[in-house]
Amino acid sequence: MRLDTRFKWLPTPILSLLLFFVWLLLNNSVSAGHLVLATILALVIPWITSPFRTKQPLVIKPWLAFRHLLLVLYDIITANVQVAILILGPNKKLTPGFVKVPLDLTHSMPITILASTVSLTPGTVSAEVYPWRECFTEGEKPKQRFLLIHVLNLKDEQALIDTIKERYEAPLKEIFQC
Amino acid sequence: MTEWIISILLLIGGSFVLVGSIGLVKMPDFFMRLHGPTKATTLGMASLLTAAMVFFSTAQSGLSVKEILISIFLLLTAPISGYMLIKSAIHHKLDSIERTQGKDNIEDDV
Repeated sequence: MRLDTRFKWLPTPILSLLLFFVWLLLNNSVSAGHLVLATILALVIPWITSPFRTKQPLVIKPWLAFRHLLLVLYDIITANVQVAILILGPNKKLTPGFVKVPLDLTHSMPITILASTVSLTPGTVSAEVYPWRECFTEGEKPKQRFLLIHVLNLKDEQALIDTIKERYEAPLKEIFQC
Repeated sequence: MTEWIISILLLIGGSFVLVGSIGLVKMPDFFMRLHGPTKATTLGMASLLTAAMVFFSTAQSGLSVKEILISIFLLLTAPISGYMLIKSAIHHKLDSIERTQGKDNIEDDV
């Protein structure tokens, strides 16, 4: 896990890139003037605001992150269709359940991303992260954390945990190298 | 031709949003109700916005891509609101239906 970039003037490369494209999209143009303005804003805003923000882990493998994003988008589409079928089917057949997924990730930012992808993908909504942060004392080794998720149609608990860990957690570990 | 594309996208989007809302009404308990709105609506909104994008790109001169931004922000915020709702439900110890498995996985608040 790395928190600092190689260049001091560019604390958050991904955020800068995002800011650049958001500015262009908001103005709906790619004229020279807007390109220059977007570049200036993308460089200056993260630089000015970086002292206010807590340092977050950097994306170390951007290409892998992009591929993971495409995979998640694909899963969102299939998730929508699956959940639509489950919703329209009879209620009695559904077997809801709570599942605890043990996490290998330790930092809160990758965990947040994992929880969000779990919420957007088939039949699962993330509910809680255990243990709460308040449980930690300074300097103590972080405890094993769990992600509590609610499943709409729980068939095989272990298979579900394995899918989440392999499909969503392993790439995140690779991307942030933590 | 573009009219066809727009209408098909609108129909797909509309039906997904409708299914999400049906889920909200039909499901037996709070936790199951949450599944419809957090998922079915993201794809629904995405195709509605794509339809808007196609329409404004063809009806007016020049591309219209602002809708991509709306989709991105929807994707970012949908899980967060779902998370806040389910967290408060757990905090208030809302009952889930009888056949819910693994209820003892929920830990008590400190």
